[in-house]
Amino acid sequence: MNRRLFRKVKNGVFLLLSMIATMIGLACLAAILWTLISHGFAGMSSHLFTQMTPPPGSQGGLLNAIYGSAVMTLLGILIGSPIGVLAGTYLAEYGRNSKLSTAIRFINDVLLSAPSIIIGLFVYEIVVVRMGHFSAIAGALALAILAIPVTLRTTEDMLNLVPIGMKDSSAALGAYPWRTTLSVLYPAARSGIVTGLLLAIARISGETAPLLFTALNNQFWSTNLNAPMANLPVVIFQFALSPYKEWQDLAWAGALIITVTILVLSISARVLLAMLQNERGSGR
Amino acid sequence: MAIIDPRHAAKQLIYERIFRSATLSAAVLVLLILGGVAVSLVRGAWPALSHFGFSFVSREIWNPVTDQFGALAPIYGTVVTSAIAMLLAVPAGFGIALFLTEMCPPLLKRPIGVAVELLAAVPSIIFGIWGLFVLAPVLQRHVQPWLIAHLGHAPFIGGLFKGPPYGIGILTAGVVLAIMVLPFIAATMRDVFDTVPPMLKESGYGLGATTWEVIWNVVVPHSRVGIVGGIMLGLGRALGETMAVTFVIGNAHRISSSLLAPGTTISSAIANEFTEAVGDLYTSSLIALGLLLFFITFTVIAAAQAMLRRLERRGAAGL
Repeated sequence: MNRRLFRKVKNGVFLLLSMIATMIGLACLAAILWTLISHGFAGMSSHLFTQMTPPPGSQGGLLNAIYGSAVMTLLGILIGSPIGVLAGTYLAEYGRNSKLSTAIRFINDVLLSAPSIIIGLFVYEIVVVRMGHFSAIAGALALAILAIPVTLRTTEDMLNLVPIGMKDSSAALGAYPWRTTLSVLYPAARSGIVTGLLLAIARISGETAPLLFTALNNQFWSTNLNAPMANLPVVIFQFALSPYKEWQDLAWAGALIITVTILVLSISARVLLAMLQNERGSGR
Repeated sequence: MAIIDPRHAAKQLIYERIFRSATLSAAVLVLLILGGVAVSLVRGAWPALSHFGFSFVSREIWNPVTDQFGALAPIYGTVVTSAIAMLLAVPAGFGIALFLTEMCPPLLKRPIGVAVELLAAVPSIIFGIWGLFVLAPVLQRHVQPWLIAHLGHAPFIGGLFKGPPYGIGILTAGVVLAIMVLPFIAATMRDVFDTVPPMLKESGYGLGATTWEVIWNVVVPHSRVGIVGGIMLGLGRALGETMAVTFVIGNAHRISSSLLAPGTTISSAIANEFTEAVGDLYTSSLIALGLLLFFITFTVIAAAQAMLRRLERRGAAGL
């Protein structure tokens, strides 16, 4: 009897602990979001989207930083995602079980969780040192390298989900694999591949470390890709650590903008994926 | 009968070759990137490594004025902050995974799972700014004084909790890291727990085992490899995490016995000093730090991936 009670109590204690752990995890998310919203809205103003980052001690906005982040993220995706999609296609369609593919899959998973600051150092060494100065294009390249593993992984997974019959039908019509891939597989896996792109954008738009010594920062409006360019993460980094109230407010506002963007992207990716799965489920 | 135009067929073959080589070169590029990272880091780090030799990793000194650099303090900071993070995040992540797979009402399973995954999507700079302005003051006012009062005089571990409560420092960085890696560990463990065949669990329950006994004696042994893989994946993240740590570590190049004191980590030293580094030896020393970080994280992540892969293969074979 005693032993039975002990087992019951032990069970209850551990289950309670795991409930508490879950609550702590959720509380952290809530606390972070709450801080961002309360501080971020305080820093919001009509100048935010119309004015440049100010000198210390005066009012201003984040226009140049928002523009810079958008440009570099877009460029990063434009460079990185085609490589990721093509490489994912190779893994799913051509070299499915080859030794090379196994190695690439492994290296890709390592790159997926490798520290982004290392990628920053790499781009600094091969681009910034060669060119002799920091530039937006170097920042975009660093982001592109970070986008490749995400798109590669999702593309391969999504192509593998396409029913084999579709591929066979296309082949039976005499189509070469390239035609099958472009006209049958890509359309069939379209929403999955788009999900990968959204996840990649979410991943790179908040990255700070690789931009620190590639794009650096710029106090002024600049559209020159060959020069340092302002961007939200680095501006947040500099402004948050500064002693000036105006700069700190702007940092919070910037943090809110980035987080909302990323959460919206991640949630849409998830919704898209759920829709895809429903479609598949009912199509059977 | 179909009419096959030989010119058309030849053109198709050329397109096929072009497309195939395009995909192949994109795939090979992934390998080249990793190789390029290793080569360029070694090249950038070479001046410092050849100048200091082995003493680069064994000395604590970090003095840009006299051009003396040693990596011991950042290595120590990286290892200790990651250890604190794992100490806190592994049990919590295990608890969350357990809750999600065994206890959670089905209605809540998805929302809570998504919330945990969203925590993983929050960029690290947000954790940094939150850690500096919200978490550090809380720790300074409420947690650290308690630690100093109650554990500061304890035998053996007392030295870890001595000194004034700065708020920022090694301990705070460890806590922020723990919150950051928690979703990764929880999500991996949940996925691993989900691979345990229901029949095994039902057999446990059929013998009259409690939920905890089924988890500890059936689920955990069955998914051991995956659990360790998930933990190491989280560890890889913690070791390389930059921005969140840079905000709250205090950036002091010294090894202090107390966890409450400011310190530095490999990644935060690079983030803080790289753009301001003057002199080839200084820059090269920072790149050498990057090389060290690259090797450490590469080893940890590669081991984690190898373990998770083994599990996947076993799962596939069991079907």
